[in-house]
Amino acid sequence: MGQTITEKILSAHAGHDVKAGELAIVDVDGAMASDTTAPLALKAFEEMGGSSPWDSTKTIFVIDHASPAPNERIANLHKQMREFAKRTHSILYDEGSGICHQIMVEEEHVKPGQLVIGADSHTVTYGALGAFSTGVGSTDLAGIMLTGKTWLKVPESIQIILNGKPNPGITAKDIILEIVGQIGLNGATYKSLEYSGTTLDTLSLGDRMTIANMAVEMGGKAGIFETTGLELPYDFEPVLPDSDAEYSQSITIDVSAIRPKIAKPHSPDNICDIDEVIGTKIDMAFIGTCTNGRLEDLQLAASIMKGKQLAPNIRMLITPASRNILNQAMADGTMNILSEAGATFIPAGCGPCVGTHLGVPGNDDVILSTANRNFPGRMGNPNSDVYLASPAVVAASALTGVITDPEESN
Amino acid sequence: MVGNVHLYDIDNIDTDRIIPGKYTKTLDMSSFADHCLEDLDPNFRNKVQQGDILVGGWNFGCGSSREQAPIALKVSGISVIIARSFSRIFYRNAINIGLPILEIPEHNISNGTRLQIELESGKVVDGDTEYSSTPLPQVMIEILNEGGLAPYLKKHKTYKL
Repeated sequence: MGQTITEKILSAHAGHDVKAGELAIVDVDGAMASDTTAPLALKAFEEMGGSSPWDSTKTIFVIDHASPAPNERIANLHKQMREFAKRTHSILYDEGSGICHQIMVEEEHVKPGQLVIGADSHTVTYGALGAFSTGVGSTDLAGIMLTGKTWLKVPESIQIILNGKPNPGITAKDIILEIVGQIGLNGATYKSLEYSGTTLDTLSLGDRMTIANMAVEMGGKAGIFETTGLELPYDFEPVLPDSDAEYSQSITIDVSAIRPKIAKPHSPDNICDIDEVIGTKIDMAFIGTCTNGRLEDLQLAASIMKGKQLAPNIRMLITPASRNILNQAMADGTMNILSEAGATFIPAGCGPCVGTHLGVPGNDDVILSTANRNFPGRMGNPNSDVYLASPAVVAASALTGVITDPEESN
Repeated sequence: MVGNVHLYDIDNIDTDRIIPGKYTKTLDMSSFADHCLEDLDPNFRNKVQQGDILVGGWNFGCGSSREQAPIALKVSGISVIIARSFSRIFYRNAINIGLPILEIPEHNISNGTRLQIELESGKVVDGDTEYSSTPLPQVMIEILNEGGLAPYLKKHKTYKL
């Protein structure tokens, strides 16, 4: 019997062949925590009797969730992270560096075929590289810092075959919203999603990150792409499943049939075609997050907003996913276009997505966002409505003040 | 053990509803009790007593990886969580902080009921009805018996399956 990508990577890290359903103790190639999860992980690490992580070059901390610090309590948690990293020679990316998941990929802390665990649910993003990556809580992460290993159940895999070419105006975000709509919030719980198909030839690394990112919105343990068509600045061994691998389910999606998608309040699987909500009035537009804060997302928004102005009474927030992206957007003029259109730039980080600060909505505000979640209260106010969409839809809608199909607005 | 039920038989109660992200960035764990489940039931904090049992629906604890979610329920006084199913990260997190968690897909447990629970066997007695929960893997039973993953690893230094 052949192996799925998940079984191959977990077997390589367990030191023996494992198959879906078995428990395994695996070696970890990297451990990451953010300022939401690191302070608690450091406390648990100390309780375990830990002093220095098993491998400081593989232990990465990122200050991104409440960054720069909104108050003294959080400032002191950040300080604690800096002090630990300094003492143990672990790697720390300080405020303004960007969102942990973007940094992990940009700075090559994760590569194809590796197994990386992060104390953040969107750690699944690195599946874009053909890596097995998943999120855990703080204490599990502390266990990895102590031992360099973790235990897990080898998940069954759902095969997702993406075929065809997306129509103009259709992005990776529309593809993943379609998938989340089909599978549902609970449909991939305890399972891996494995992506293949002819569409992969047209999907950039950023597109793959957008799609892999939302595996956890279906309960998935991982969302892994074959490396077919993937271009990276370094050499790597291809990551592919065996042709006779066994899947719990196989879903084929004709990407050329996908319309722009919207997740309505208050769940990421409450999906409809844009046509159902066109004309819905919005108060705030938000482009950013680990799902859609990359240079290509900002460039797409700029191509729609060039020379235009936000609709009256609309606020627009943009958070580049990393300082690197911010710098590129400054250098190529993208930032100028968006700022001149009336958008407000927020430091690279998680910003309004997690509801801590830098853009908390008011009561009854309607927000159109490129994020991955719209649960009640997600952005910091349970009395607001959050719709999720692609950067193209958010940019087009910011110009009209109502949910707008980017192709119609052209 | 015996405890009174707070029933929230709602699917997909996510971690943002268990403890909103804006309250999670602190090591003062007791502060979570002031906000636990506040967007779902603003009265929860006043109703819950030490030793009570929370009963949820399908996919309980979905969303973020924040361990602050099971911690918030624990510091509020919840001694056991029962749900029809759990999201995987929440499930691990609860065991890792030593909070027992039982998966019972089909049940008719009512709000306010007094349940009797045998953790070792995973048996739940509700009046004349008895439910069996999905068994935990041995490694999780041992983590729970040690009081959580931190004491488990302090003692064993590594994992044993």
